[in-house]
Amino acid sequence: MKRSKLTDFIFQKVSAVFALSAVAFAILILFIITKEAFPAIKNFGFPFLFNTRWDPVKENFGALTFIWGTIVSSLLALIIAVPISLGTAIYLSELAPSKIRQPLSFLIELLAAIPSVIYGLWGIFVLVPLLRETIQPFFAKYFGFLPFFQGDIYGVGMMAAGIILSIMIIPTIASVSRDIFMAVPHSQREAALALGATRWETIKLAVLKFSKNGVMGAVILGLGRALGETMAVTMLIGNRPEISLSLFAPAATMSSVIANEFTEATSDLYVSTLMEIGLILFGLTLFLNIIARFLVWSTTNKASFGK
Amino acid sequence: MNNYLRRKITDKLMRALTVFCAIFVLLPLISIFVYVISKGITSINIDFFTQLPKPAGEPGGGMANAIIGSLILTGMASLWAIPAGVLGGVYLSEFSTNKLGTLIRFSADVLSGVPSIVIGIFAYSVWVRPMKSFSALSGAFALGIIMIPTIMRTTEEAIRMVPHDLREASLALGINRFKTTIRIILKTAMPGTITGVMLSIARIFGETAPLLFTAFGNRFWHQGMTQPIAALPLQIFVYAISPFEDWQRQAWAGALVLIGLTFVISLTSRLVTKRKI
Repeated sequence: MKRSKLTDFIFQKVSAVFALSAVAFAILILFIITKEAFPAIKNFGFPFLFNTRWDPVKENFGALTFIWGTIVSSLLALIIAVPISLGTAIYLSELAPSKIRQPLSFLIELLAAIPSVIYGLWGIFVLVPLLRETIQPFFAKYFGFLPFFQGDIYGVGMMAAGIILSIMIIPTIASVSRDIFMAVPHSQREAALALGATRWETIKLAVLKFSKNGVMGAVILGLGRALGETMAVTMLIGNRPEISLSLFAPAATMSSVIANEFTEATSDLYVSTLMEIGLILFGLTLFLNIIARFLVWSTTNKASFGK
Repeated sequence: MNNYLRRKITDKLMRALTVFCAIFVLLPLISIFVYVISKGITSINIDFFTQLPKPAGEPGGGMANAIIGSLILTGMASLWAIPAGVLGGVYLSEFSTNKLGTLIRFSADVLSGVPSIVIGIFAYSVWVRPMKSFSALSGAFALGIIMIPTIMRTTEEAIRMVPHDLREASLALGINRFKTTIRIILKTAMPGTITGVMLSIARIFGETAPLLFTAFGNRFWHQGMTQPIAALPLQIFVYAISPFEDWQRQAWAGALVLIGLTFVISLTSRLVTKRKI
């Protein structure tokens, strides 16, 4: 009897240690990277965030070009991905015949399972030539009066990165919003239909309105994924730390500069600077994830009360 | 009446638009498949699976070391992360108090949201630099950190599905918590747990970013756990951005193998879950 009590005790403690390892790792990552970034933080101070220089030789470093690259490429991805994902999610949860629903969800999940280096490979050999020869000349010809579509055409650059990111975050946004739409109580839809609303009006009035916060959360989850994505972006963005309004121009993101320069960083300050960029990236994704989880959680909770 | 017509047209239009969106999502998927399969199959040969990479610019050679390297890295990461994740999940659903459980769940969510490149520089700081060498071990360490939160949360969810009666019946027979948990609860929750484990394996098998500064890559066969090791996604990355046509060809072959293995893992996990208790 006593021995089995002891086993129980040990079992509980051991599993507790493993469960707490998640907490330990989360804290440790934040602590270690802050510690590593400290020399750079001390050296450059607050202006680091607004400095556009990136000169490894003179060790004059600023993060603004990379922050710009990360934010613009992710926003571009959202502009493309959000309408398409929401349309798909509405089709999946409201309109698709049950025969199509299952296989389509499965295919979208497959899209999420493709490793990012393969997106990069496909991007280099399929997307970039397509952009260079067809899509970007088209935009330059008909929309060239806008600052976004001016300058030399390389194929690689902000536009390529934004498109590949949008493809990568569509599965996230689509499947989370589909789950949120499915959680909307049936009584809501029936009420709208009973008042004579068309199917689309029902979706608009009952489903979309009800799940506004949750969809916002799904979008932010997608944004979080886009911000941290490394390989595909590194392969397609052109890696030139410059701020340009043109979507044709090469750029660089926080993750791409780490991926490209970390192993080549010769001085301690250089390494520390890259760590600080990693810290900013971490902070940004952490902040967004917390907001997103809260929004998704609050909607699904509301739905379960409404039932 | 006019108003009615307008509403009907809007309805039809918007519904068509959602169908269009769904088709549009599938386009890149189809294109990626067509290219990876067609370019991959024409570039794959026996050498690819048996030979070491040739020096830059020389045609021929293969990625045998990278395929084995990826299997080793994934295996070693699983070795420490699966027990940790599963036991962590058991703790969350069986023993944890409310407050502690919330903290652990929150940390797991935070951890799963950390960009993988950040986990890479973290593993570099705590492992590679003190040891003064890129190594297979540090790569497995980084990959394991990515696995833990997924496994923990899916195990917890799977265990929550186990009916309370089973647990109580076992405890009422005088079987202790340890045996009840292992033999009854975990066994019943096995399909869900395995799905979580398989999905996390499929994910880390294709991860590149955390390996850049840990496993680093290697042109030779496996040389021990404390040495740099080759990995399939790393090799694809290096070959894809290289200027050599033969390397680019092999990158497609590597992509086919990588995508094939990843999908086999995800499909198996789906089959496992279909067979519910």
